[in-house]
Amino acid sequence: MSAGDCGKLLLLQAELDGELDAAGSAALAEHRASCQVCRRNESTLMAARQALRRATYHRADPQLLRAVASRIGAVGPPQQRRISVPWRGLTTFGAGAALAAAILLTVLPVGRPDIVSTLVDDHIRALQPGHLLDVVSTNQHTVKPWFDGRLDFAPPVKDLAADGFPLVGGRLDYLHGRSVAVLVYSHGKHVIELFVWPASGRAGVPAHAERDGYNVVHWQANAMSFSAVSDVEPSGLEEFVRDWRQAR
Amino acid sequence: MGSDNAFAAVALPHLDAAFNLARWLTGSRAEAEDVVQEAMVRALTYFPSFRGGSSRAWVLQIVRNTAYGALKARHGERVVAPAAGGESATIEDIPDPTDDLETALIRSDDLARIDALIADLPVDLRETLILRELEELSYREIAQVTSVPIGTVMSRLWRARRMLTQAAAREEQR
Repeated sequence: MSAGDCGKLLLLQAELDGELDAAGSAALAEHRASCQVCRRNESTLMAARQALRRATYHRADPQLLRAVASRIGAVGPPQQRRISVPWRGLTTFGAGAALAAAILLTVLPVGRPDIVSTLVDDHIRALQPGHLLDVVSTNQHTVKPWFDGRLDFAPPVKDLAADGFPLVGGRLDYLHGRSVAVLVYSHGKHVIELFVWPASGRAGVPAHAERDGYNVVHWQANAMSFSAVSDVEPSGLEEFVRDWRQAR
Repeated sequence: MGSDNAFAAVALPHLDAAFNLARWLTGSRAEAEDVVQEAMVRALTYFPSFRGGSSRAWVLQIVRNTAYGALKARHGERVVAPAAGGESATIEDIPDPTDDLETALIRSDDLARIDALIADLPVDLRETLILRELEELSYREIAQVTSVPIGTVMSRLWRARRMLTQAAAREEQR
């Protein structure tokens, strides 16, 4: 063992990376409190982290998105796709054509499926296990910075715990050709999702809509489009929207 | 919901991550775009075998392998594989910096300089660092993307961070 490692170096790093469980953290804490080597290694790790925050995140151009869409649409799925459930019963050719059409509909600015259906579909998909949250936090000051650097806009993040709609986290989704922020709130056993993206003229979303038992309430404010989606009853969703718009 | 757009729904949200990784691995925007396009076509082919889990890690694994293919083609045979002994090199091989070196990076306001220092890291360290710090993947996901054990991810991360702070310190002294 060299002077640079007290034997706990990688554990210390894992702790700072949020990869140690409670027991591991507790075991390390005792050692760390009295270890000079750990102290120095910690400062190296923190310096690296701080510097890396300023590293460039290279984003894909919209042209690349279009190019990818047309490539994956053009290639079509392979033969064995027939065994996967969603396309069962279709011919391979039919499945390929359907997939290509679906991808083009998703990413190109023409002939889109209507936005209410897309919002509800995104919401339902998110409710499936493991899909709801990219960042889990009830703290708006954690959720808001999480979106920084992942989106080309800064969505407003509010916690409505006091109104009975606690914030539980957020995620990114993809809606009609652009990345959108989704804020996730809970209300009793229900989940309410608020989709947020920069307004560009008319969003084409009705102020109120219902699809398959899910309600959608849409509004625009401060150059942002907002769509709240949930299976709570319409009056509950209205209350959420009212509280959200009034909250600071 | 329409499950016929399942692949687009799984893969396209990770397009930025895919491009970012490809750009950091190849060092070129144009090459990164080619890599991403090819990787997405491959991903579509592999999609029937995707069994859930982290879709981001799944996509990035394919992007990473495609990028390595492109690097190999570009450099001929003398590639990309980590320097001899790289894997067995212990974390103690790197000499200790003097005490004031760690702060060198903090003082730097030069974005291009940070990018250049990262670009100078060996590719295996660079990709691990990018996946952790820019994509915020877990150790387990990084292990999946780079096809190495978690212990290797951990030692590569340390070596990458250590080399970065030392390189910054050296520049500072010049």
